[in-house]
Amino acid sequence: MLAKRIIPCLDIKDNKVVKGINFESVKSAGDPVELAVSYNDDLADELMFLDITASFEKRKTLIELVKEISKNIFIPFSVGGGISDINDIRNLLNSGADKISINTSAVLNPDLIDEAAKKFGSSTIIIALDVKNINGRYCVFTHGGRKNTNIDAIAWSKEVYNRGAGEILLTSMDMDGTKKGYDIKLTNLVAQNVKIPVIASGGASCAEDFENVFNEGLASAALAASIFHYKETNITAIKNYLRTKGIGVRI
Amino acid sequence: MMNNAIKIVIVDYGMGNLNNVKNSFKKIGFDSAITHDFHEIEKATHLVLPGVGGFKDAMKELRNKDLVQPIKDVILNRNLVSFLGICLGMQLLFEHSEEFGDTEGLGILKGKVIKFNSDIVPIIPHVGWNDIAIKKNGIKEFQHIRNNSFFYFLHSYYCKPDDETITAASCFYYETFAACVKKDNIFACQFHPEKSHDAGLALLKNFVS
Repeated sequence: MLAKRIIPCLDIKDNKVVKGINFESVKSAGDPVELAVSYNDDLADELMFLDITASFEKRKTLIELVKEISKNIFIPFSVGGGISDINDIRNLLNSGADKISINTSAVLNPDLIDEAAKKFGSSTIIIALDVKNINGRYCVFTHGGRKNTNIDAIAWSKEVYNRGAGEILLTSMDMDGTKKGYDIKLTNLVAQNVKIPVIASGGASCAEDFENVFNEGLASAALAASIFHYKETNITAIKNYLRTKGIGVRI
Repeated sequence: MMNNAIKIVIVDYGMGNLNNVKNSFKKIGFDSAITHDFHEIEKATHLVLPGVGGFKDAMKELRNKDLVQPIKDVILNRNLVSFLGICLGMQLLFEHSEEFGDTEGLGILKGKVIKFNSDIVPIIPHVGWNDIAIKKNGIKEFQHIRNNSFFYFLHSYYCKPDDETITAASCFYYETFAACVKKDNIFACQFHPEKSHDAGLALLKNFVS
């Protein structure tokens, strides 16, 4: 049985973990390496690092951070944020990242998906979608949630799947930071339209949210940040709950 | 060769980051060398062929670095070497792969590498933690590892050995496939022990012991 995955996400700014509410106003949540190790020990199935600084000068420090993290954890981890070309991908993979998450650059240059999947294998390429419901239509946003591309999220999901993406990281901007649960409808829609794993993101507050997004949203994995960083709950507790509900998890 | 001198060599052929494998050996107390220098490979007591990426590119890199025959020689002619293939490094041992048409592999083990059947398997790649069913309880690699332990998988293709008795552990993901094979001095796993937390580190420790 393939276990449903729980993935803590560490939003990194200036080498610190931060978490925004609706993609704005950030507040520091701790040391990334320390947090990464504690998640590794608390049965996290994977880790996700999103560099929200992503300015050119900061890239080098991110590389160093990725190296440091990879020395200390023995579960897979992905890195995203500000990745613009094949070189960025190669540098991060060479520094110890297992998968790379791409958002804006994939929209600006969709051929990058094909090229990256061919070069590094589909399994290492995650395409991230930041999605917001605009008048009943799910729209893809880029540039850290600042720019509406007006691209339909379902159509774009299908396209990235066809171009060779290995997974989709689906963030609901409407739910992100609200702690009202994952966007089940959006997750289900995307999951039904692609044949690659969908990682749901945005809105998690409790174990039931995970149960719902796995059962009804058809997500393969669920990502959360603040509830773990601020120790409102922990991964083991959520997994124990999911197991009582008959959902396969690694304990 | 000295009995107590362990020399772990990780074959570097330009496919993916190998430091994660090195870090894992370090975590369990062993140094290892990452190299494509044949003279170093020849001195190994424990040879590791890791690999992330495409089968075709991997074979091309191995050929470009003149490593195909040397690796075969070391594995096949020197029974004193313990060999570990990880993920793509497992697949490369077989005769050929369906990836990008038909690509020839190292041919050390008889059989082929095939893609998950998309008619049966709704989501490809197989990514995440899956439990394994241990078939060969007695082998050293599985010492102290419970049956049905979870390991981290990330692949779209899997190995289909001609001789099913070499399957040391199987995995079920809509289809049953070989999670590990064991033959003589060769052990190979489709999952990533270096990414499989405590179970993976235990397996690596068993491999070295």
